[in-house]
Amino acid sequence: MSKYSVLKGPEAFLPPAAACEGVVLPDPGQGLIQGDIVQETLAMEEAARKFLSAKNPTLFPGPLVLWNWNETAARKAAAIKRLYDVLKSHNSNALHIPMPDYRPKYPKIDPAIEINPNHPNLTIWYNKIDVCMFVGVHCHMANLSLKIIRGGTDCYTIAMCAQAGHEDAMITFRDATPEKIDILTNTVERLKASGDY
Amino acid sequence: MSKEKIKINQEFYDIMPLEYRELVEEGTYGKENRGWKDVGESKELIEEHSLCAGCPESIAFRYVLACLPAPEDTIMVGSTGCTSLVFPHVAVHNIHSLFGNQNAVASGLKRALSFRFPDKIKDVVVLAGDGATVDIGLDMTLQSWFRQEKFTTICFDNELYANTGGQSSGLMQKGFVAKMAPAGKKFDKVPLPEIAKSSGCHYVVKMTVSKPNRVEKAIREAILVAREIGPTYIQLYTPCILEIGKQMMEGLQEMRDSEGPNKRFEFEEYVSDEARAYLDTVNPKKKKRKKAIVTK
Ligand SMILES: Cc1ncc(C[n+]2csc(CCOP(=O)(O)OP(=O)(O)O)c2C)c(N)n1
Ligand code: SF4
Repeated sequence: MSKYSVLKGPEAFLPPAAACEGVVLPDPGQGLIQGDIVQETLAMEEAARKFLSAKNPTLFPGPLVLWNWNETAARKAAAIKRLYDVLKSHNSNALHIPMPDYRPKYPKIDPAIEINPNHPNLTIWYNKIDVCMFVGVHCHMANLSLKIIRGGTDCYTIAMCAQAGHEDAMITFRDATPEKIDILTNTVERLKASGDY
Repeated sequence: MSKEKIKINQEFYDIMPLEYRELVEEGTYGKENRGWKDVGESKELIEEHSLCAGCPESIAFRYVLACLPAPEDTIMVGSTGCTSLVFPHVAVHNIHSLFGNQNAVASGLKRALSFRFPDKIKDVVVLAGDGATVDIGLDMTLQSWFRQEKFTTICFDNELYANTGGQSSGLMQKGFVAKMAPAGKKFDKVPLPEIAKSSGCHYVVKMTVSKPNRVEKAIREAILVAREIGPTYIQLYTPCILEIGKQMMEGLQEMRDSEGPNKRFEFEEYVSDEARAYLDTVNPKKKKRKKAIVTK
């Protein structure tokens, strides 16, 4: 069986789950780039490059960071905002669009202001998002959504996961903490300053 | 649940869609004496609900949500049908269950909550259509009553299966012809309030939702009785204007026309002795006032 790479789409109407294609999750200290296990620092640099060279880099904060349900969530929210501010200062097209709800909403969501995991492609198409990062989204919803994005759009996906990572994203981090989000922000700033991206 | 948990992190406040901000700012969590009068000033539902324009289920939903005594500690259990289109827009914890299973799911949930939070009051409220309550889920409905499960069952009775296009349900009137019941309903409307009474419910009300103050009283009392005494049942007429051929402004009149003396939705209430004694303790002022009126 040839090796499966988690590449940006559009891949197919029903793209396979990367796990079913043999992609395994990273261990602590590691990340994934397109399905390959790498050191986390390398994944940080790659994510920073993608953000810096994107036309419309976007953060998608989910319920776990949108709501002030514990102290870590509040600190993560502050860290995500710092990352957003850095992206925005580099590229005025940068966006942060919340995923406030997982429930399918009828008649439909407003793609200008929110993203819904059941049809994330609407928001990506509408805003022409070419690089995005999920953060604070529960794993089952993130995987569902990341697969739909890979299936129907050409958006490059990054996941900042608080658990074991998302193999359905093109880059994934695991064990996300406010400090880890800050490291990503610092990496973006460092590469931006060096002009090497 | 801590009310802090329903606050938005300040960094994201401005990007949260307006409706969520309003649900936090204008919800009536924790407010004493919340009730139907908060509808219009507060927010219980995200806008653009997906029911047909003018559907009485939508106002019934708002009344029910506005009248829950402790929404932050309530979990609602829904079932498939038109009601399930509203639950995604509701600012109260809710679980969607497989069509008909709602009272079984609620039984397990209530028991698990009592076990997990022994010192806290957690209300479980089932809200489902008549097809789910009386036909496909009748077994689950009755068994939960027989077992004296401590939660409230609310049936939005629109007298047919609305969501699937108008098939006949057990609560449809005899002889009624609907799009997918062209030969007319063959047997009488199932007397579920009677059955509820003889199956162990301690508080049973059948009514329309034309009078919000009555809905408020029924919802509040049913939930209080379910907390302390045992199962309670409320059957609300929420006519399906689409399937009975009414215009969107005609739902209220349809309810009024159906609740007069000897009409099928004439107000009926049953309160067991145990439940009455309990309600008298939680409504002492009202009791005194009523006595004063009687002795005048
Ligand atoms: C197990 C199962 N059986 C059948 C259905 C199909 N179904 C969906 S909605 C519905 C009718 C719902 O009727 P009711 O409970 O009266 O609610 P209403 O739509 O009238 O509010 C049916 C039969 C289903 N979804 N699941
Ligand atoms: S089909 Fe009937 S019950 Fe369902 S939303 Fe429309 S009017 Fe309401």
